Amino acid sequence: MSDLYQSQRAMRNKRQAAMQRGVIAVLDVGSSKIACFVLRFDGADLHMEEEGIGSMAGQSSFRVIGAATTRSRGVSFGEITAMHETERAIRTAVQAAQKMANVRVDHVIASFSGARPRSYGLAGQVDLHDGTVGDTCVARVLASCDVPDYGPEREILHAQPVNFAVDHRSGLRDPRGHAGNALSADMHMLSVDRTPVENLLYCIKRCDLNLAGIASSAYVSGVSSLVEDEQELGAACVDLGGGSTGISIFMKKHMIYADAVRIGGDHVTSDISQGLHIPMGIAERIKTFYGGVHATGMDDREMIDLSSDTGDWEHDRRTVSRSELIGVMRPRMEEIFEEVRAILDAAGFDHLPSQRIVLTGGGSQIPGLDGLATKMLGQQVRLGRPLRVQGLPQSVTGPSFASAVGTCLFAAHPQDEWWDFDIPVDSYPARSLKRAVRWFKDNW
Amino acid sequence: MRSMISVRRKSAKRDPAPSRVAYRLNRLWLTPEFHRFLKLGVPMILLTGMIFAIFSDPLRRETMHDYLVELRRSIEERPEFMVDLMAIDGASDELALDIREVLPVDLPASSFDLDLEAMRQHVESLDAVERVDMQVMAGGILQITVEERVPAVIWRSRDGLELLDADGRRVAALMRRTMRPDLLLVAGDDADLAVAEALQLARATGPLRHRMIGLMRISALRWDVLLDGGHRIMLPETGALPALDRAVALADAQRLFDPGKVARIDFRNPDRPILRLADGAVIDRGRVEPIDVKD
Repeated sequence: MSDLYQSQRAMRNKRQAAMQRGVIAVLDVGSSKIACFVLRFDGADLHMEEEGIGSMAGQSSFRVIGAATTRSRGVSFGEITAMHETERAIRTAVQAAQKMANVRVDHVIASFSGARPRSYGLAGQVDLHDGTVGDTCVARVLASCDVPDYGPEREILHAQPVNFAVDHRSGLRDPRGHAGNALSADMHMLSVDRTPVENLLYCIKRCDLNLAGIASSAYVSGVSSLVEDEQELGAACVDLGGGSTGISIFMKKHMIYADAVRIGGDHVTSDISQGLHIPMGIAERIKTFYGGVHATGMDDREMIDLSSDTGDWEHDRRTVSRSELIGVMRPRMEEIFEEVRAILDAAGFDHLPSQRIVLTGGGSQIPGLDGLATKMLGQQVRLGRPLRVQGLPQSVTGPSFASAVGTCLFAAHPQDEWWDFDIPVDSYPARSLKRAVRWFKDNW
Repeated sequence: MRSMISVRRKSAKRDPAPSRVAYRLNRLWLTPEFHRFLKLGVPMILLTGMIFAIFSDPLRRETMHDYLVELRRSIEERPEFMVDLMAIDGASDELALDIREVLPVDLPASSFDLDLEAMRQHVESLDAVERVDMQVMAGGILQITVEERVPAVIWRSRDGLELLDADGRRVAALMRRTMRPDLLLVAGDDADLAVAEALQLARATGPLRHRMIGLMRISALRWDVLLDGGHRIMLPETGALPALDRAVALADAQRLFDPGKVARIDFRNPDRPILRLADGAVIDRGRVEPIDVKD
């Protein structure tokens, strides 16, 4: 655990170094595409210090100077399965973004969706010796959180303090300076499988890049797609990606829960391919052009050519109606939403004051999806697009780039994580000193 | 079913990914230091190398040198820079001839070839020249303005007669004394070192002026004034001028230098002047009145 703590700290230092140099890249390794943005940081962020604006404010301090996207290879369910293929895809994206930015980037912040994220809520409490909360008390209370057994072969990806309470005053964002007898903290910890993370690190290292941060794409999609009051009042972000669907729940501007469904748009495509006996490429094309989830009478008459290249004239000249296509797609989308519903129920989403659900990611572009989601998830569903950031080309402002844009915001203004606080010093030396004092007392 | 015309397709789609080497080279190219090196450093290295390569061949170097020299020559010998005439001002004809002789310049010459400072020093080394200015005037004239030394005394030395100026510097040689009867005659070793004193003394002779032949330096220490008729006034090393004044006054008053009276007045010790009588003057000895030297 302290090993990871150290490596996360090292990544934070690299991020600082990259900010000093002014250029940092963000990389979104998804199942269907890999996006790379090059950010230039120049000048201080004017709104950073103002109260109440929070983590969204970091967007004004950077500018996207290079953006490139490439078809992903060797990634399924948001996890890398073919290392060299993925490495080549990353190289393609990074080189194209560098070419557009005309600058070399050395530091990269990556986000990925897979690796079976699992959320834990942690709580810790310490007594305050001098009656007020000092700087070290925060670190102490975070260290006092009892970490659950999250299993071997798992790593902690995020560990964010979401709430502080002094005595019985809860909901404090910054407890420093408060007077009281006990400080308690709630922390949200997200653990992921170790192997996919290591694979990603290996691929990025093979591309001669330094990793300056790593984030879950469910989290960063929420950061970019939820507007401020949604983050404050409570909302869930459903990132319908290619290989997996990420869900993150935000409350009081902190992520309090994240999970992923290992079904995504690629499964819809493969359903179409299997159901209509057409290649994956054509299935993908038909899905994006004619896809939908709600069939009407008009769709029975709209015929879609299924051109293929088998050489069999009859097979190559088939047509299907659009309602047939919808009939293939809809069950899969319903399955996804059922899984999402189950996760939201498990997370206790019903108990949140606001139950806004925001659909984002490439899958959210299916026409009529918000209607289906309204039926299955709840009334307050909207389609979300990522925040607009400076210099972002028009072609990459769509919902499929929610996690890439979110990673930009994460790079510019990361939330406090556990490793941003110093390790409390009283772990070993103080105890030994105490023991020495006790030994003196016992013997004299 | 195959199409009749076989279109050769590549078996696999071209991989859009850059190779590892291409990727690294691309990143290297985007490195600002490397970029700067390529844009500035490499051309400079190439240029330096080329210059070295060209000039390492001695034959080529010589050709280049010859060409440069020729180019310089052709510029220097343009008529605008040529000096055709030498004009000498302020010198006697004789001296002008000397100067023309002594200057190692063949006119017409280019003004770039004239080393005026060296020429000036050359001319100034002539005895008769006190100061000289040289300048190249417009129209190709070398203007030489000379200030001549003015002879003040004639020095009869062991080597012959020489003209000296008031500072004792040699002006010219003289064939005969009678060529410059207006000048004072001095004689004796190192007389040229005390010309100024000699001139003062000569001016102080007063009534004896027309009788004076010249001054003679004795032992390179003091002066004797020689008068006609073999008379001589011997002066001390220091304070020669007041001693001469007194001697002249004495001689004038007592008519000492009438023939057959006093041969020389010895003022080497001013407190105790000594008169040496001429031969045959002894008879009149009794008539000599006492001289109050303290006067």
